[in-house]
Amino acid sequence: MDWLGPQEWTAVALSLKVSFWAMLASLPIGVLTAYALARWRFPGRQMLNGLVHLPLILPPVVTGYLLLMTLSPRAPLGAALEAVGIIFAFRWTGAALAAAIMGFPLMVRAIRLSIEAVDPKLEEAAATLGASRLKVFATITLPLILPGVLTGAILAFAKAMGEFGATITFVSNIPGQTQTLPSAIYAFLQVPGGEASALRLVAVSIAVAMAALALSEWLSRRVARRVGA
Amino acid sequence: MLEIRLQHRFEGFQLDVDLALPPGLTVLFGRSGSGKSSLIKAVAGLLAPDRGRIVLDGRVLFDDAQGLNLPPHQRGLGVIFQEGRLFPHLTVRQNLLYGARGRAPNLDRVVEMLGIGELLARRPGGLSGGEQQRVAIGRALLSGPGVILADEPLAALDEPRKAEILPYFEYLRNQSCPILYVTHSPAEVARLATHVVVLDAGQVLRQGTASEILGDPDLVPAGIRSVGAVLEVRVARHHEDGLTELDAGGVPLFLPRVASATGTMIRIRIAAQEVILSRTRPEGLSALNILPGTIDSLRAGEGPGALVALSTPAGRVLARVTRRSAETLGLAEGVECFAVVKTVAIAREDIGRG
Repeated sequence: MDWLGPQEWTAVALSLKVSFWAMLASLPIGVLTAYALARWRFPGRQMLNGLVHLPLILPPVVTGYLLLMTLSPRAPLGAALEAVGIIFAFRWTGAALAAAIMGFPLMVRAIRLSIEAVDPKLEEAAATLGASRLKVFATITLPLILPGVLTGAILAFAKAMGEFGATITFVSNIPGQTQTLPSAIYAFLQVPGGEASALRLVAVSIAVAMAALALSEWLSRRVARRVGA
Repeated sequence: MLEIRLQHRFEGFQLDVDLALPPGLTVLFGRSGSGKSSLIKAVAGLLAPDRGRIVLDGRVLFDDAQGLNLPPHQRGLGVIFQEGRLFPHLTVRQNLLYGARGRAPNLDRVVEMLGIGELLARRPGGLSGGEQQRVAIGRALLSGPGVILADEPLAALDEPRKAEILPYFEYLRNQSCPILYVTHSPAEVARLATHVVVLDAGQVLRQGTASEILGDPDLVPAGIRSVGAVLEVRVARHHEDGLTELDAGGVPLFLPRVASATGTMIRIRIAAQEVILSRTRPEGLSALNILPGTIDSLRAGEGPGALVALSTPAGRVLARVTRRSAETLGLAEGVECFAVVKTVAIAREDIGRG
């Protein structure tokens, strides 16, 4: 891959790492949130729904700035987390957090739709056959919503690969630390003669996005066939 | 032994029952909206009643006074739903074993009994309605339940499929734990019930045997059109011409070939609609079945009809006649007359082993 320069390569690798962890870490929370929104009736449900969707509507810069305000080492929460060794500001972990939050609405939407498509009567039937709620979820609900979970995960991954505004506001644009692919493209466009590098990264971006879409299509078709849907 | 005492307020009506189920198959009988399915749900733990107590074999499943409400998975019941509710992502075999927790020494026997050996590796999506319901029965059985709850298990099937499934319930009734069976079909009551509980608007209207309940037009949900007598008869002989001769308390009855072996007792249901009355023994009639008897009661219904109950050597037979012919014939309590039933009028679907 010598057609990518070292800085470009670093940016691509960092973006993949950030997106992968953003997707993986938010997946369990995404499934839980989607399940709660789809199946439980509790006070504040509409609030939660709004909160989840907020990053989709807010300017990404605002989301990034809110993150910076709450999680910078000078903010109380950020300081408390730093005391136990968790640091987000100006680290790749912060980029992953920003990407996870920006991709969260897409993930929850996809999973929630698939949960709503599962007939609760099947879950009732499983319960009458002696399955606890956890077993019902693991053996009935989860396998049936797997296509939706995969779609949600891949959407979140793709969103994370492209996330720019919240990331650059929250963790800045430090090469090798927080300079993800879109930040690198932006940085290259700011210096004379950087267009060639920018263009190569644009090509990588498009390739990754297409591959993610193709993978998601293939996986969900495969799983759908397996569950006989 | 299943004891159910519960009260629950719904929009529009109040469910209020107090029942103790005897062994065998108890039918909850009533029109839709009478609370049958809600009762099943409450027993299964899918609906928490406002008040009451449900006890299965000495184990308390629900008691509002103690604040006790066991979740469905701790109740040890087998539920057979109207729609089968098989798990689409599992094979038939995995479906069958879902409630068995890995211990199913009787898997082979149940599979053979239900005739589903060929289906084990398939997924439910490709099965017919009847096949799906057989798998659902097997799945409930293999979970080792203390009682089986069947919520209109045949309602979603067409007639041939119903005929395919009914024998399995007869088998279960004779072999396994108590069964609580919900239906609004008199044919299923006649064929399956050892005990019938009639529900109406959430209340128990009456309890009794199949023939007691089905012979009473006030109790049958579909009204007078589906009233009929249920007789226990013995298969006497299979004739060459395709007819089976039955012995109904010494009176021979003929009907199209019955599969049961000679000597077995079966139940037949004769709808009141299909019975003609005559004061003298009819001759020169094409109908083969003539039962002599004495009129027990005569009740004028709404409209032009009247329901006549006749005591015969075979048992109580019901006939629906017009009030005009009742007057013309001089029908009254204590009058002797003959009930004429056409061979084909004994509907095949209603024939069951007793």
